Amino acid sequence: MKILVGVKRVVDYNVRVRVKPDGSGVALDGVKMSINPFDEIALEEALRIREHGQATEVVAVAIGPDEVQTQLRSALAMGADRAILVKCEAAVEPRDVARALLAVIKQEGIGLAILGKQAIDDDAGQTGQMLAALWQRPQVSFASKVELKDSVATVTREVDSGLETLEVDLPAVITSDLRLNEPRYIKLPDIMKAKKKPLAVTDMAALGVSLAPQFKVLKTEAPPQRARGIMVKDVAELIAELKKRGVLS
Amino acid sequence: MSRVLIIADHDGAHLGGGATRCVTAAGKFGAAEIHIAVLASPAAAIAAEAAALAGVAKVLVVERAENAHPLAAVLAPQVAKLAAGYEYLIGPSNTFGKDLLPRVAALLGVGQVSDLMSVEGPHTFKRPIYAGNAIITVESPADTILVATIRTASFPAAANGGSALIEAVSTDAALPTHTRFVSLSAAKNDRPDLQSAARVVSGGRALGSADNFKLIYTLAARIGAAVGASRAAVDAGYVPSDMQVGQTGKIIAPALYMAIGISGAIQHLTGIKDARTIVAINKDAEAPIFEVADVGLIGDLFKIVPELTAALGG
Ligand SMILES: Cc1cc2nc3c(=O)[nH]c(=O)nc-3n(C[C@@H](O)[C@H](O)[C@H](O)COP(=O)(O)OP(=O)(O)OC[C@H]3O[C@@H](n4cnc5c(N)ncnc54)[C@H](O)[C@@H]3O)c2cc1C
Ligand SMILES: Cc1cc2nc3c(=O)[nH]c(=O)nc-3n(C[C@H](O)[C@H](O)[C@H](O)COP(=O)(O)OP(=O)(O)OC[C@H]3O[C@@H](n4cnc5c(N)ncnc54)[C@H](O)[C@@H]3O)c2cc1C
Repeated sequence: MKILVGVKRVVDYNVRVRVKPDGSGVALDGVKMSINPFDEIALEEALRIREHGQATEVVAVAIGPDEVQTQLRSALAMGADRAILVKCEAAVEPRDVARALLAVIKQEGIGLAILGKQAIDDDAGQTGQMLAALWQRPQVSFASKVELKDSVATVTREVDSGLETLEVDLPAVITSDLRLNEPRYIKLPDIMKAKKKPLAVTDMAALGVSLAPQFKVLKTEAPPQRARGIMVKDVAELIAELKKRGVLS
Repeated sequence: MSRVLIIADHDGAHLGGGATRCVTAAGKFGAAEIHIAVLASPAAAIAAEAAALAGVAKVLVVERAENAHPLAAVLAPQVAKLAAGYEYLIGPSNTFGKDLLPRVAALLGVGQVSDLMSVEGPHTFKRPIYAGNAIITVESPADTILVATIRTASFPAAANGGSALIEAVSTDAALPTHTRFVSLSAAKNDRPDLQSAARVVSGGRALGSADNFKLIYTLAARIGAAVGASRAAVDAGYVPSDMQVGQTGKIIAPALYMAIGISGAIQHLTGIKDARTIVAINKDAEAPIFEVADVGLIGDLFKIVPELTAALGG
């Protein structure tokens, strides 16, 4: 079985992004970019499944401009066998990302797709579910535990009320939550090895996908800032202050 | 005449808190009618609660055995059929809605606006990106059904007092058998629900153990608060994952939020931006949490929390 992992290039989670003064977007020049943390978790899970002998190949796929090759090389260094870049300069909405991933899945004969539950830039949280719908296959979002046996996946997911376990027939789409695993660190020799691993470049047209964006971003603005509050010196003052504000009686 | 269809969240017995907030959001679209769909088994009690919400004109009930558990793959084809003729299809941005609505959108051949936080016009909306560090205004074409998840912390719950028509409907959607419910392990406790509580007390990594977290539970019980946690506290196993507050956990808007031994990472702050009063207790005067706290107290939580609990006790 081949596993596809989605790799999105995003602003590193440690960076505090700033909105451009003209409201045209966020300032991305010179900002550190990384693999979406949820995609690292997705990749780690795929690698573990392969290491358990339950998959033959892990293919990392990214949709984006040429620079995304940096993140695909990191994915190869982590242990992916191959990478595919679907070149696309335009911003892609999740539905088009899903359509492109589906085209790759069909081409490659993928048995399991693992994506992040959300990308930490746009926070849309849609791609995996949309992919599963278009593929007409099961989805398990927000996964915190995955077990495979005879083309059935038993997956535990983090839901608002606790932990839910589902059983799905493969092929399927799984989206990773934070506690699915802890991704491994990349070692220097792995970076060297990754340079020799195959990284294929294709584009939307070659996959037969024409972009169909639906939404227009009219404006980007900074969120309203909370004013800095006051400091109290002890518990008695704290209680008095909270009573004054009417949040404690 | 435009109409809104809300897909109700529920726990099998009662209507969820998300649906009631969706009703308030739906009221902002300027639509002629608001309908709620309840897909459940059994559904009567949930439908009755939905019908009692002020502003709702009709409740559509799809009661079938397959709807006993909220499986997106099973619900989505039914919802896609129900959506015919509606201009807006919305659901709460909690794990139920986040799982289901993108699947429905894809079946309908449209995109989705996630975490809709305000309605600027019939087809323009605001939503947060970058963990809430930026807010975008997006425009959706007027001739396309809008599918959106609603950021529940941005809208108050709708009041009761309505008496909507309840209509049993069936769809001819073919349902897949490739996805099967196995189990749900929900932590049983009698604390208020984190997502709707007026007061929340949260603990962070500083608590150091599951046992020490009792300090937080005791304080919370004293003031009738729900209990939350930072990701670090969840990862360390002090508390279950459903207590995580933040970008990738729950987004909440209580009147009072107390962050105890939590540093205030941006991912955590995303979850509490809309709290009315934020209190921070931290021994590090430089902790970023103090930049957003309305009231800050510097000191050792192991000393302050028992003192606070005692001072608030009868
Ligand atoms: C300059 C700029 C302008 C934009 N303008 C718009 C706009 O007008 N309208 C709009 O809707 N969006 C816009 N976007 C955002 C859009 O391009 C998002 O990347 C897209 O909506 C995907 O959302 P997401 O990444 O939050 O998806 P999610 O659904 O949160 O992603 C979940 C998972 O899907 C996979 N995935 C997602 N994207 C990729 C990818 N590219 N390659 C590989 N795997 C992927 C990953 O596994 C990821 O973890 C803009 C972005 C930029 C940078
Ligand atoms: C993709 C991604 C998503 C994330 N999502 C979330 C999320 O949804 N929610 C979330 O919370 N985090 C999230 N995080 C993690 C976040 O970045 C922080 O690591 C986390 O919030 C830190 O938790 P903490 O404040 O409990 O721990 P720490 O940052 O370690 O802070 C502990 C604090 O306790 C104080 N302290 C220590 N001892 C005492 C004492 N005795 N008395 C008083 N104060 C004391 C310290 O001064 C410190 O400020 C995410 C991270 C990533 C990368």
